[in-house]
Amino acid sequence: MIERLRDRRVIVCAGAGGVGKTTTAAALALGLAVEGRRVAVITIDPARRLTDALGAELGNEPRRIDPERLAGHGVDVTGELWAMTLDPRQTFDDLIAQLATDERTRDNVLGNRIYQQVAGAVAGAQEYTAIAKLYELDRDGGFDAIVLDTPPSRSALDFLDAPERLTAFLDSQLMRAFVAPSGLVSRIAARGSGAVLAVLTRVTGSALIDDLRAFFASVGSLSDGFRERADAVGALLADDATAFVVVSSTEREPVAEAIHFGRALTERGLPFAGLVVNRMHVAAADRIDIQDEALARKVARTVAEVNLLAERDATALARLAQELGDEHPAVIPHLDTDVHDLDGLVAVHKHLAVPAPRRARRGRKR
Amino acid sequence: MDRLLDRDLIVVTGKGGVGTSTIAAALGLLAASRGLRAIVAETGGHADSARLLAGTGVDHVSISPRAAMDEYLHHRLPSRTLADMLSASGMFASFVTATPGMTELLTIGKAWELAQDDRRTPGARRYDVVILDAPASGHGLAMLTAPHTFAATARVGPIHRQAGRIDASLRDPAQTAIVGVTTPEEMPVNELLELRVAVRESLGREVDAVIANAVAADRFSAADVRALQEAGGPAASAALWADGRARSQRNQLRRLRGALDEPPLRLPQLYADPLGGDEARQLATALGKRL
Repeated sequence: MIERLRDRRVIVCAGAGGVGKTTTAAALALGLAVEGRRVAVITIDPARRLTDALGAELGNEPRRIDPERLAGHGVDVTGELWAMTLDPRQTFDDLIAQLATDERTRDNVLGNRIYQQVAGAVAGAQEYTAIAKLYELDRDGGFDAIVLDTPPSRSALDFLDAPERLTAFLDSQLMRAFVAPSGLVSRIAARGSGAVLAVLTRVTGSALIDDLRAFFASVGSLSDGFRERADAVGALLADDATAFVVVSSTEREPVAEAIHFGRALTERGLPFAGLVVNRMHVAAADRIDIQDEALARKVARTVAEVNLLAERDATALARLAQELGDEHPAVIPHLDTDVHDLDGLVAVHKHLAVPAPRRARRGRKR
Repeated sequence: MDRLLDRDLIVVTGKGGVGTSTIAAALGLLAASRGLRAIVAETGGHADSARLLAGTGVDHVSISPRAAMDEYLHHRLPSRTLADMLSASGMFASFVTATPGMTELLTIGKAWELAQDDRRTPGARRYDVVILDAPASGHGLAMLTAPHTFAATARVGPIHRQAGRIDASLRDPAQTAIVGVTTPEEMPVNELLELRVAVRESLGREVDAVIANAVAADRFSAADVRALQEAGGPAASAALWADGRARSQRNQLRRLRGALDEPPLRLPQLYADPLGGDEARQLATALGKRL
């Protein structure tokens, strides 16, 4: 898998929640750093043990992971591995500060009641800020590659839609009605929208509408900046230097989600680079070479269970590989403990570093 | 905990992939087996619980924010014409999409409404119990706290009142139960423990029940393990792998138990794929022994 990502500048790991995206993202970043590149990984809500193992209290800006730590676990990092943990609220605040043309505008937005109540807390904020951070690091960070772990939403598509949703919001009729200068409001009112606004106030409450008006008015002044940013981010995601890696486990919902996401990438012409399937069970031989009868019975039951899981996993893998058009997906076996420390990370990285057989397809482009 | 099924609303949440849909369906079956009129509501447009409940007599609804929005408008506005006008203008729809947290409020509001005496749809009967298969923890929490956010932000007016009523009932353990689901793995357990703290901080109440789902059999003794190590061979190494997993699960269960006031409800790992009605009934029976 790693060889396919050598020439890419941005690597997005997408998939359903709970399939090991964070570990995969970190292991891919490690693999690229081993190959000599300067890599940053943006993690989202990583296991405490993983961040502890990386040895840095990870904040909203990348920090370099001490190569000594990695060397102790048998990997020689010739490049640089940097890591950060996304703080959606901080990223949103920073973005507002960047886009605001002056301090007053910035303070108006940051001080708005609605902004304070909801920024960073609502569904969608993590997705949006993850992309915003990715864009910012790509533009200013001086990294050879950035690996992004995506938020654990139920639908990976939320992630792709985030910039568009924000732009749609800024372009919405409501927004325009709210921030329109009073002359325009009266003209709209003459056409009937004013009546609609009055009814809207009736079903929602005037205080809420007043706060929203203030919110929209302050955010609205940033709308050009937001729109430009959303366009730039859209272009970055579609760039040939970007790679989407779809991560899945073998369970039903994540598999369905991965296939759904793969199709969305194709439809949108976004660069799919490969499939990573985590937690594959390995089938065991049915022959039980154990003398003790009681123990042999227990082993037989266990082997039967493991084989059922292995069979399920093999079917899921074949389906994923076919649907996503990756003949040689990276396969990570189900380790007997959770992978949330350096040893685990190194183990996963070794599986990702396995080169695909020659003539491996690079994945569908379109 | 024994009165879980007496509540109007049971919110089931946990990290993605831990099996909340299956457990919501099992709770629905359990409620029905006790003579309750139950409905399982889900929010993500995923059909898992619907499939498990097909033909069982337990109702199922997939909550769409759009439909909930129209229903709310028609309920709020005495005049159908006004409601249609607002709905058709797209302005309320933009209001909903544009206002952060509004979708969550409408969704939880719809689930809550199903168990109210005065249903929004004229003539509709209330359900004895609504089981909400909520989104994964982070988004699930956003949904649980949306009513409070709006009750506070709107200050006065219909949304303020409505959100205030929903918030009060979510905070009241006599009306609403919150069930946290995890598997015995590190990240899901972390998320569950974080959820408990967040529920306490933002709703001033406790998570009522914790379910440890998909617990694998832990069948090898220390002597067995030694014998397996000596025996070697592929079957023995598969057994040793399973024992390693069981040990890791045991650690996570210990961690979980250490943080909770009472032991979590354990449900066994099931091997059927996909899980079907038989498995949902099996889980309902297992839950019924403790609930």
